[in-house]
Amino acid sequence: MMREETLIYEISRPGRVGCALSDLDVPATEIRNELQEKYIRERLPLPEVSEPDVVRHFTRLSQRQFSIDTNFYPLGSCTMKYNPKVNERIAGSPGFAMLHPLQPEETCQGALALMYELERYLAEIAGMEAVTLQPAAGAQGELTGIMMIKAYHRSKGDDGRKVILVPDSAHGTNPATAARSGYQVRKVPSNARGTVDLDALRELVGPDVAGMMLTNPNTLGLFEEDVIEICETVHEAGGLMYCDGANMNAILGRSRPGDMGFDVMHFNLHKTFSTPHGGGGPGAGPVAAKEFLRPFLPVPVMDNIDQEYRLNYDIPLSIGRMHSFYGNFLVMVRAYAYIRSLGAQGMLEVSESAVLNANYLMAKLREVYHVPYDNLCMHEFVASAKEHKKRGVRAMDIAKRLLDFGFHAPTIYFPLIVEEALMIEPTETESKETLDAFIEAMIEIDRESKEAPEMVTNSPHETTVRRVDEATAARRLNLRCVGE
Amino acid sequence: MKDLSSRSKLSYLPLTDADRALMLKTIGVPDTDALFEQIPKEARLGRPPDLPAGMAEQDVVSICEGIAARNRHLADLTCFLGAGAYDHYVPAVVESIVSRSEFATTYTPYQPEASQGVLQSIYEYQSLICALTEMEVSNASLYDAATAIGEAAVMAYSVTGRSRVLVSKAVHPHYRQVLRTYVSGLDMQVEEIDYSEGVTSAGLLPARLSEDAACVIVQYPNFFGCVEPLAPLTEAAHSVGALMIVCVDPIALGLLTPPGAFGADIVVGEGQALGVNIGFGGPYLGLFACRMEHVWHIPGRIVGATVDAEGRRSYTLTLQTREQHIRREKATSNICTNQALVALAATVYLSALGKNGLSHVAELCFQKAHYARDAIAERDGFSLPWPAPFFKEFVVKSEKPVSEINRKLLDNGIIGGLDLGQYYPELKNHVLICVTEKRTKEEIDRMVELL
Amino acid sequence: MYPDNVKYTKSHEWVRVADKMATIGITDYAQEELGDIVNIELVQPGSTLSAGGLLGSIDSVKAVSEIFSPVTGEVVEVNDELETAPELINEEPYGSGWLVIIKMDDPSEVDESMSSEEYERFIEPE
Repeated sequence: MMREETLIYEISRPGRVGCALSDLDVPATEIRNELQEKYIRERLPLPEVSEPDVVRHFTRLSQRQFSIDTNFYPLGSCTMKYNPKVNERIAGSPGFAMLHPLQPEETCQGALALMYELERYLAEIAGMEAVTLQPAAGAQGELTGIMMIKAYHRSKGDDGRKVILVPDSAHGTNPATAARSGYQVRKVPSNARGTVDLDALRELVGPDVAGMMLTNPNTLGLFEEDVIEICETVHEAGGLMYCDGANMNAILGRSRPGDMGFDVMHFNLHKTFSTPHGGGGPGAGPVAAKEFLRPFLPVPVMDNIDQEYRLNYDIPLSIGRMHSFYGNFLVMVRAYAYIRSLGAQGMLEVSESAVLNANYLMAKLREVYHVPYDNLCMHEFVASAKEHKKRGVRAMDIAKRLLDFGFHAPTIYFPLIVEEALMIEPTETESKETLDAFIEAMIEIDRESKEAPEMVTNSPHETTVRRVDEATAARRLNLRCVGE
Repeated sequence: MKDLSSRSKLSYLPLTDADRALMLKTIGVPDTDALFEQIPKEARLGRPPDLPAGMAEQDVVSICEGIAARNRHLADLTCFLGAGAYDHYVPAVVESIVSRSEFATTYTPYQPEASQGVLQSIYEYQSLICALTEMEVSNASLYDAATAIGEAAVMAYSVTGRSRVLVSKAVHPHYRQVLRTYVSGLDMQVEEIDYSEGVTSAGLLPARLSEDAACVIVQYPNFFGCVEPLAPLTEAAHSVGALMIVCVDPIALGLLTPPGAFGADIVVGEGQALGVNIGFGGPYLGLFACRMEHVWHIPGRIVGATVDAEGRRSYTLTLQTREQHIRREKATSNICTNQALVALAATVYLSALGKNGLSHVAELCFQKAHYARDAIAERDGFSLPWPAPFFKEFVVKSEKPVSEINRKLLDNGIIGGLDLGQYYPELKNHVLICVTEKRTKEEIDRMVELL
Repeated sequence: MYPDNVKYTKSHEWVRVADKMATIGITDYAQEELGDIVNIELVQPGSTLSAGGLLGSIDSVKAVSEIFSPVTGEVVEVNDELETAPELINEEPYGSGWLVIIKMDDPSEVDESMSSEEYERFIEPE
């Protein structure tokens, strides 16, 4: 068992500094002559540590952490695939990393060309025409797309559409985004197959519906087989279709949201296109849309006039700006490098292996875990621990016990429509040996749940800390430490 | 599409043909095509995507290096351009820690037992941001300053129940644009307050304030680099019960009294200056801190300290019921993924520089900027429009068009300041010049000579 | 688990009536399902509610649940102690974990709520 790691403030000693800084090389002016006394800071309670202190502290923290480079991470809906190292090398090039966003366009033609080409690639993968790279994450992509839908209706003089339809299996960002855009959320139930209930949908659409947000494949890992009818149904009522592209890894290069009937969608470059998750960001959430929605893209948009790239701000119907500058550019660079590495053929191999791996895991785990939606799956599937719950072992306990075996836990308690859900997504970058080891661990945990359930309910045993008391964290808030 | 027999060179895909055969047998399907049969025919592409062919690693590197070579970058050019993106020095220790793949390739720390490293680093980040801003609670980061302002305005709306947002015209024009986009779907109105002599007019503000104002938003230092009179502005906002939202440059807080000391309710900011590559505008770091009384209204993730089953200090995401994955349409924000790795860079930066280093960097910026300002003021054809105090950026009025000046500078390997005329019609021939601690006396002297 | 001296609703609130005063809380079953309760938001005293109106919301670590008033009337008191000690709802759901007291317009409204046996039968299949 590892010891606690001290806080950076606790190793602070007066007089230390962790970076050698240059001396002032210009004549000094008296600060008090320039600034009123009350605007000059008196105390700055930051730590004082040496460079070796800093390195050892944060390196030790890094060792208290699961990651893709150290552990299998079958987190459903998160697409924790390997993050290629060559992308990091390229993104670190000064020609990308050391550009000022407002430097003259003539001096950053390479950066603009890369963005333009990435837009074209994503348009082809989406089966749509217009792309913006500006959204900094998937949720911001959703906000961009839903605002474009709103601007579209408004441009038609149609202000009566107040509702966005969202399936009950949707990611939480979907209803949150709809609400943030000023829409009411109307929930669409799933049918027994785990996909959208088309009959219920027909009852729920109407002239008050601005659009519908749909994840395809959905969060159960199932392709919405009725997707074309769903899109037609919403379109007939005058609404637009938004595709949450979180699960694009399953259909990369094989099936395109634009061809299914969607009007606008977002990608998660940090899922499908291998850019690192960074412990919760930065990601990037580019939005693709059909040609008729191009006038509503956020500004600036990229223009290519005879291979000269320009940023165009003159878009009268634009929803406006979504980011301080152009979005998470260095994330785009990584995704660009990834698409160039894979190429067309590689895309097909990614989705093929991702789906094969998920189906293999499902076929093996179905023997011991309840799988409520028992079709073939796409890139992920959802198992349920409801049988285990009867033995006093919950999905949460199984998740924690997996950590002892060196595997990150699946996504748990989501989607909400499955009791004690365990949502498993292996991705294409895992070997059969890794999958087999994970299957063995899951079988072992199932056995423990029958023979020694406390082994599971008291887990984890091998991690840097034991089960963390989340209730106390929320009841007795301690959200910072205070230095001197 | 069916012919996948000629496997590409990809090193990221470990399944062998033998693995595939065994796995397909286990699943009980004849081939991988059968796995995709759930996709209706009309929804299948039926051809390979129209993308370039894949290539070997070394070819990708040379193609991308070729693209990078079409850019002129700040390792070769001397930069006097700021305006929200700053050429500060990034210590090697920051790059070293942030590139550790345990941090870079991990997910959001939803399983605290497997994520104590990231969780503790975020707890330390929150502590450092609170210390820097003199606020009581910080979240784990937002995308950038512009979106942090948007989130802060929406939070003010939900805290006060009021819908009018007053924002100073001396706030970065891009941030104001994003603010308008962010509130456009809600029943909120944005109004701008004029500046006078380079700062938000504390005299004009009270006339614009009334009991229906949710918040007042200013930048500190403001877009023109000037130090806003936070004391009277905050007092005016509070007199009608509006929240005071201040957007900061965290480097400036090494020298300037923090907004918390003046009673600010929400402090947001752009964290890029804290050890983050300038990177053509992103990824950057949205700072967000406020008072404990508003903790349940905060957008985004928050880490709290607690104990584990054996009583050891440990950390976890907390107050998660505010967030979209639980509260859904009633969440405080739709944000999910944030800028965690960038926040880590800021944490390492603030730790390494610490109390003495940050105030030293701030003073270097201040002194060098003032040296440059004085030198430019002595040149014929240049004048200083405003007497307001400033930090590392300042506005100069020129008799020549700014584009002409910047053309000459660029020809000499220098990126000049921002032409303010493109954002403020009344500021034609005004240039916003930025001087960070990286600029040497020689570089400043050379730039001034070329004016 | 399910005392006889209170009535129960299908949305898992309980109500105890004395004269025209109705004390309202959530049932043991509800607190168990929610898990560790960490925050509670309630309407202000003085507000008037109709039966089925929103009384507030309860946050546990990973769930949030809305609470509805079983009766019509004016909120005369809310349990302030819950602000600093929300865990009282987990510990004593029928005692110190009560939520609000409402002065009822029509005490007969409560007659429609379930008895303890009826409530136990109601939650059994779940």
